[in-house]
Amino acid sequence: MNTAATETRSVIVEREIPFPPEKIWRALTQPHLIEEWLMKNDFQPVVGHSFNLRGDWGAVDCRVLEIEANKTLSYTWDAMGLTSTVTWTLTATGSGTHLRMEQAGFRTDQQQAFQGAKYGWQKFFASLEQVVARAG
Amino acid sequence: MRDLHSALFRSLADPTRRAIFERLCRDGEQTVGALTTKSGVSQPAVSKHLGVLKEAGLVRDRREGREIHYSAQRNALAPLIDWTSQMAGYWQSRFDKLEDLLKRMDQ
Repeated sequence: MNTAATETRSVIVEREIPFPPEKIWRALTQPHLIEEWLMKNDFQPVVGHSFNLRGDWGAVDCRVLEIEANKTLSYTWDAMGLTSTVTWTLTATGSGTHLRMEQAGFRTDQQQAFQGAKYGWQKFFASLEQVVARAG
Repeated sequence: MRDLHSALFRSLADPTRRAIFERLCRDGEQTVGALTTKSGVSQPAVSKHLGVLKEAGLVRDRREGREIHYSAQRNALAPLIDWTSQMAGYWQSRFDKLEDLLKRMDQ
């Protein structure tokens, strides 16, 4: 396994959703709706706006990078020693929307990863358990 | 890979062992005596935990005179913190919740 500090990797999740982009856009950009599917937050749809996503295990530091209403939303996602960028892309289809999320980033270093993991041990190990279960 | 995961996972599943490993990460190299003072368990118990951590590659020991010094090997954690595996599962579950929300929302 290559764990070089500068290595950039990404996670992509895509789904066909039977609702129009405008509706999904609201769920992605209105704080009370974001809270329902992601985390408590002080998001504002303004480029450069810094906000937090707050879970029971800690917080994610974010900053809005790019907004194009009903099409693209991108923000930084820094947590648990991971510096990354989350980009949402909405494409209208005949029956709804193709929704794509890409999280691209890299680990800064082991030390920071460990510091981050310390306050989230329970969450961290719950995730590990899933990883281990899947690896089986 | 699976064996490596489970050895690491088992060695850190014990809270006392995890606390010892954390302390070595935080405070740097220490002797069994110093670790025992702060751990609240007996020296033989601490030595046993250190043995398990060493077996998993999480600590390294170094003899100096009559004392053995232990240090954390943080890189040994790397196989467990492949963030892409963790986040992929996380986002799939967020997508599920987002879809549930969309069904409940007004047009």
